[in-house]
Amino acid sequence: MPSDMVEASAPAIDLRIPAQALIGTTLAIVGTCVFVVLVGLFGQFASRALVVDVIDIGHALMLAIALGGGAALTRRIAGPGAVLGGLLAGALAGAALAVLVVATEAANLRWMLVSLTPVTLHAIGYNLPLLQATALLAAGGGIAGALGALLACLPERPRQAFCGMLAGVVFAGLLHELIANLLQDFHSLDDWMFSYDGLLPTGAVLAAALGAVAFLRPGRARFARLPSAARIGVGLACLLALLALPALTNDFVAQVMMLVCLYTLMGMGLNIELGLAGLVDLGFVAFFAVGAYTLALLTATGGVAVAQLNFFVALPFSILAAAIFGFLFGLPVLKVRGDYLAIATLGLGEIIRVLVLSDMLKPLLGGAQGVVNIPKPSLFGLVLGTPTLLFYLTAAMAALAGYCAWRLQHSGLGRRWLAVREDEDVAQALGINLVQVKLSAYTLGAAFAGLAGGIFAGMVGSVFPQSFQLLVSINVLAILVVGGIGSLPGVVIGAAALIGAPEVLRDLGEYRYLIYGLVIIAVVRLKPEGLSPAAIKHREIA
Amino acid sequence: MLRLQDWIRRASWVDWFLLALRLVVIGVVGSGFVAGLLHPRYAQAEWLSFIAFGLTLGAIYALIALGYTMVYGILRMVNFAHGDVFMAGAYAACFSLLGCNRAGLLASHPLVSIGLALIGSVAAGAGIAVLGERIAYRPFRRSRSLAPLISTLGLSFVLEYSARGMFGAQNKSFPSIPLIDGNVVLMGFSMPRTQIVVVLAAVLTMVVLTLVVMRTRIGTAMRAVAEDQDAAILMGINVDRVIVFTFALGGLLAGIAGLLYGLVYKQVYFFMGFFLGVKGFGAAVLGGIGNIPGAMLGGFALGLVESLGPALFLDGLGVDSPYQLRDGIAYTMLVMVLIFRPRGLLGERLSTVRA
Amino acid sequence: MSALLLEARGLGKRYGGLQAIDGINLSVPKAVIHSVIGPNGAGKTTLFNCLTSFAQPTSGEIWLNGARIDGLRPDRVSKLGVARTYQNIRLFPDLTALENIMVGLEVRQPESLLGTLLSTPAHRRTVRAVQARANELLVALDLGGRGDRLARHLPYGDQRRLEIARALSIDPVLLLLDEPAAGMNPVESHAMMELIGRLRDEYGLTILLIEHQMRVVMGVSERISVLDHGVCIAEGTPAEIRADPTVIAAYLGARAAKHGMDALEPSA
Repeated sequence: MPSDMVEASAPAIDLRIPAQALIGTTLAIVGTCVFVVLVGLFGQFASRALVVDVIDIGHALMLAIALGGGAALTRRIAGPGAVLGGLLAGALAGAALAVLVVATEAANLRWMLVSLTPVTLHAIGYNLPLLQATALLAAGGGIAGALGALLACLPERPRQAFCGMLAGVVFAGLLHELIANLLQDFHSLDDWMFSYDGLLPTGAVLAAALGAVAFLRPGRARFARLPSAARIGVGLACLLALLALPALTNDFVAQVMMLVCLYTLMGMGLNIELGLAGLVDLGFVAFFAVGAYTLALLTATGGVAVAQLNFFVALPFSILAAAIFGFLFGLPVLKVRGDYLAIATLGLGEIIRVLVLSDMLKPLLGGAQGVVNIPKPSLFGLVLGTPTLLFYLTAAMAALAGYCAWRLQHSGLGRRWLAVREDEDVAQALGINLVQVKLSAYTLGAAFAGLAGGIFAGMVGSVFPQSFQLLVSINVLAILVVGGIGSLPGVVIGAAALIGAPEVLRDLGEYRYLIYGLVIIAVVRLKPEGLSPAAIKHREIA
Repeated sequence: MLRLQDWIRRASWVDWFLLALRLVVIGVVGSGFVAGLLHPRYAQAEWLSFIAFGLTLGAIYALIALGYTMVYGILRMVNFAHGDVFMAGAYAACFSLLGCNRAGLLASHPLVSIGLALIGSVAAGAGIAVLGERIAYRPFRRSRSLAPLISTLGLSFVLEYSARGMFGAQNKSFPSIPLIDGNVVLMGFSMPRTQIVVVLAAVLTMVVLTLVVMRTRIGTAMRAVAEDQDAAILMGINVDRVIVFTFALGGLLAGIAGLLYGLVYKQVYFFMGFFLGVKGFGAAVLGGIGNIPGAMLGGFALGLVESLGPALFLDGLGVDSPYQLRDGIAYTMLVMVLIFRPRGLLGERLSTVRA
Repeated sequence: MSALLLEARGLGKRYGGLQAIDGINLSVPKAVIHSVIGPNGAGKTTLFNCLTSFAQPTSGEIWLNGARIDGLRPDRVSKLGVARTYQNIRLFPDLTALENIMVGLEVRQPESLLGTLLSTPAHRRTVRAVQARANELLVALDLGGRGDRLARHLPYGDQRRLEIARALSIDPVLLLLDEPAAGMNPVESHAMMELIGRLRDEYGLTILLIEHQMRVVMGVSERISVLDHGVCIAEGTPAEIRADPTVIAAYLGARAAKHGMDALEPSA
């Protein structure tokens, strides 16, 4: 494979390099497109328009792959050669794809690969006969490949502008429902930009223009020079606008934002355990479950409920119960280190799940039927029943918890956690009691999760063991990794990216986890410190 | 006596707690066991069937555990995606057999069909493992401990949901193979033929593996790199190639495990790899991570515990529907091993320097 | 007995088949600088590890100020006043220099959880006091103004001194320095030598020193113990050790015993 080759130092007398790079890129493009089709992503998206009557998301994805291939080619071949190479690679890939479609139809592989339906296969070539399909795909691929290489070669400003345009169109196309909703009061603009199916070409042009402006960031230098008070003011205004969003749009947006807040809460808890104290905890969902069940048992009517308290009275108990549980959870595994700790906590979490689900504990916890009839939170007669109100509750709690997390992070305890993470032995040699410090991390981290669990129970109205899968722990871990381990703003960014985005991009459905996996690998590979520069970077003051 | 005095002097309240935990677990298991013995609920034939099933399950765990232990011994990395390599092997075997069935080959030449399924599963297993090494391991070899772990987690998701997208979310059934279906009577007891096939096949595989590791050049190179990577480099061993080979070998074994699993359970689904993978790693740790005989022992031990556990002591404790808690038993054993004897039953064998 | 700060009797540590140290006896009075020297692999760092409870001795006893400390947890030993630096520097790389020192100071001044969350005036006073004291230590060790730099971004010499500052932050009575002058040129070693002397004079510390640079050892020690293959082969004043043929033989072989300890000096 080309990447194994040593960088060529001799001038291009050796034509093997371009040829090899070309073939490699072509194969990569074809391979990725085939993967996209096989996995069913293409089939899922071929029916959804990115820009109505112009291009659908499925084909846009393929074009993007060709674009990427062309851009990657510039790393092996310089300048104009790369553009030509991108053109060739993309065209070859497109043609190859068309041929593959025909071959696959003849072979009838549907009994193995469920996504290779005739509908999907025909859709790749736009239902055209072979020759026209090949030509179209080759042309599209070639242009995209050349464009990709061109983009990579451009100087910074034009490239930003162009990428901005593309990003704007993609953004508007994917989120057309949301944006249309936001603009519903501006009928003329809404009609002009969107139709029921999606983004109209006119809208696409506008989106492209806005995107270019956004990427170029014309006022950035000026903004940096503003007095800090003004900058804080602008930041605050943006925050207020964001908070007002659910009230201005619909319940769906409120629900998504509420989910993001819940995961942010959990992320803050795991951030204490993992980001600060360095404890890899994959049983984190257990704390969430304890908080949820505690609230359920203390507020539900009937069933296995123990009391009928008010939500706000029961919530502190949720937090306390989760904290105690965190303490007991961390106790046995204090001496377990590194990768072993990950598996041990995973095991503990699973033991809890098995117990909660079992018939043995059914009289106490409701077994597989869970606990139902949990009333919505009410405060002095005001019932927080709508998603919007619940969102504000969650956001308020998250803000409060965020303040606590921030204070803890910059306290002596926070420093002790970091010390234990960086070098346990030296920390001990300085007099730090490892048991105390680690247990405090488990306890406090669990408290955050317990709070999230309590709110979750009140929000949904029922708790079932199925809601507390290992997947939740992994989600929270992924949020931390993508956002930046150890960074509080990172938790918010991670939650928004990994929870908010897929929710909004409803059509992704089950593919959400596939994208997760790819994003995780990409982020850890390309930006190991996370999308938000971790607090560590900012600590060094010049 | 002196050591006990020493321990008491030095023990903190955490140590006392851990001691209490140990005693509680042993007590629960022990009393359940005794109670079960006093009021026997199962006939001898049933016990034997539990044991047979435990060995079958254990054989599969052992093959998966071997992949983990070999990679961890060299690279000190947990491979969350290894279970999905197993899944890939299982699907490959399934499709090979289904294909043979459609072509009529399964009915006319069942052994050939199984052979083809073996080749398919082995190729898939080794292939996916090597691919995984390229994507999720090689870039992270010099990183801190968390990055590879998370990277393999991501890879695991990709593999699982790719499989879901490609093959569908429903279970896929293995075609029935009359050659190995049905029961066989051994020593007066009747047991499914597949179980015997699986156990024998697994043992044969392990014997071959041991020969490869002990007798061939590449096997010796593997052991050298596992012990001391720097010294191995000085000896002229191409460490990169050895690592790829180790992954391929582990993937190969997992592929075979996939085929065997399919023969026993007759079903595959896209998510089957994850928890089997975790249990496989548990078996590897149980036997001693990095220790090849340990992985085999750990696998069989875990299988037997899972199979016998509910009947052996949960029944005695009066727990209804004890089989629900079967996973709980396995995980409890895993956690206890990780807490109290991370070295495992046969002791760990790790490289002194992280590869 | 009461004048002795540290006493080790018959101290031994066995790792499986290897006896790292055996039968080590040490008597260190207060405010004395006692060096431990010997060829590589002699067991010097193992000795330090036993003294700080980083490793459990398999035989023998350790007494600090008349109380037995072997077998205690490392953080207990630290709280009793034993601090150390490390052969290969072990700072907290992602904490700033100031924070590295604050960690040690805060161990003795734990803050209340409530105070942290609510930012009470009492809490803020404590934090300011800790920061002030940390800055004092930085200045005392010539690191003033570098408090906000990440530990791993500091130059080598600064890192060594930061480790010492961090060790001082826990208010020790006994300071174990493991090759503090390693990798330093003669000018820097001389400065380190003076620093060690200052530490004893200004802070009243008792110092145990592992060092390979003979100029530093001879220049600053009052007593020297020589270890070879895990046993103590000689102990005495610098002058006595210089002339001891067993010591010379251990370092350079029997033939070099003729030429004396001067052969150990690096050719300047």
